[in-house]
Amino acid sequence: MHANVHVISDATGQAHFKALHDPFWVRWGLVGIAVGFIVLFLCVPLGLVLYQAFSKGWQAYWTALAQPDAIAAMQLTLLVALITVPLNTVFGVAAAWAITRFEFWGKSLLTTLIDLPFSVSPVISGLIFVLMFGAQGWFGHWFSEHDIKVIFAVPGIVLATIFITFPFVARELIPLMQEMGNEEEEAALSLGASGWQTFFKVTLPNIKWALLYGVLLCNARAMGEFGAVSVVSGHIRGVTNTLPLHVEVSYNDYDVIGAFSSASILACLAIVTLVLKSVLEWKQARA
Amino acid sequence: MTQSNIMPGFRPALAYTLFYLGLVVLIPLSTLVFKSLQLGWGEYLDIISNNRVVSSFRVSFGTSLIAALVAGVFGFVIAWVLVRYPFPGKRFLDALIDLPFALPTAVAGVILATIFQPSGMLGKWLMSSLGVQVAYKPLGIVVALIFIGIPFVVRTVEPVLQEFDTTMEEAASSLGATRLQVFAQVIFPNIFPALLTGVSLAFARGVGEYGSVIFIAGNLPYVSEIVPLLIITKLEQYQYAGATAIALTMLLVSFLLLLIVNLLQLWARRRSGQI
Repeated sequence: MHANVHVISDATGQAHFKALHDPFWVRWGLVGIAVGFIVLFLCVPLGLVLYQAFSKGWQAYWTALAQPDAIAAMQLTLLVALITVPLNTVFGVAAAWAITRFEFWGKSLLTTLIDLPFSVSPVISGLIFVLMFGAQGWFGHWFSEHDIKVIFAVPGIVLATIFITFPFVARELIPLMQEMGNEEEEAALSLGASGWQTFFKVTLPNIKWALLYGVLLCNARAMGEFGAVSVVSGHIRGVTNTLPLHVEVSYNDYDVIGAFSSASILACLAIVTLVLKSVLEWKQARA
Repeated sequence: MTQSNIMPGFRPALAYTLFYLGLVVLIPLSTLVFKSLQLGWGEYLDIISNNRVVSSFRVSFGTSLIAALVAGVFGFVIAWVLVRYPFPGKRFLDALIDLPFALPTAVAGVILATIFQPSGMLGKWLMSSLGVQVAYKPLGIVVALIFIGIPFVVRTVEPVLQEFDTTMEEAASSLGATRLQVFAQVIFPNIFPALLTGVSLAFARGVGEYGSVIFIAGNLPYVSEIVPLLIITKLEQYQYAGATAIALTMLLVSFLLLLIVNLLQLWARRRSGQI
């Protein structure tokens, strides 16, 4: 990726025609616009989270985070991610295996359907689970008779999050495994390796960075999802509020420290995600 | 890959894929269609033609379109600068572009509302120097959607710019073209389909966006109420039929627009000779 950049700048640098160079003022004008935009829209917001969270000092920050509601929200967010990410990872690997290692009818339709949750509004993603499991929903009656709560309870939050993060792992693996081809695996198999041996010793080492990348994005979205979860959660404090919902509730209560201390944790999650993403991209480019 | 395969695990992998896809995605999504079918045409049209509903569609699609176009302009400049010009701190800025993807939307919403509210950092300045109020106005929705849309444009344009064959530029300039002509007639037409994709992705995401918008929007019915919020309002009032009808309409309109954009792209690629 970065090698390309150098080739291009070398080419323009060595070229003799004036029409290949942007004038000095265009160059720095555009860099100024781009950097200004990124600083204003991306750096300032990040800094502001910390500024607001610590605006009344460390003590207030820790007190806000140690509130039972905030702790319950963190625990719920972790629980949801712990259920969602492994399920969607197993699915992603299975789907990528089926799609990239075999030919079958309807394959491109299947690939399109896997991406479907990305083109559905988060609010609609929540709505469909209310339509299924809500009081007037398809299965709502049966569930309420058996005293199982799905909507306005943890199962609904998990289901909506699974739906939202469904494509992440699969869509990272499919293009990579397509490009890799299956010669190496066929070689292993013809030398007598079993299916699982081939997968763990040949396939997995080749796809591990892309797999981690998909898991990372899936996890970030699972922990940060707001719209879909907001529809199915019911906003019960200490029970069905995830961390993003806790941010919303605190903000609407004019509890600035409460909102921004929780927001700072989610912002740190975003930064860690971006750093790991850069590392994984670099690793994959060298792999 | 087609020849009868010694690769194992086709049946279990495909069976599990279809099972999980059906269980988690297809069955839940189908409820939207079935619930809508239970509505009569009259009832459906009644819900959709309601003034508040029509206004929310105008707000959602209007603000998303403006935001996507603005994100298109700035996204193109950013992608151009990141690919073409060396400058210090470039890799750091490049990594930051994905922040709107990684930052939970509720956090983005709360921050943007805090910055742009009349007493906020930028809000105060915009108010006193330009007399413009951003937060709690439709303009606030546009600002939030620009934030959300920018990485879509940058990340679709960037790779195409990187792979752009600079010998085409050299050829044009050796034939006597000016730099502006080279850009307008050689570079831009080749990048345009990617730019269109990026803008339409930003637009599609903007129409459905909820978390980053509601804090800054003001949510005034008829003025700054977006479709996703109206769906939630209907749900909270137990108007399931209303919520379903609006949601289905929004999905259909979004798909229709994406289809149109795909056709436009095909046309743009043909024109620039990429097909």
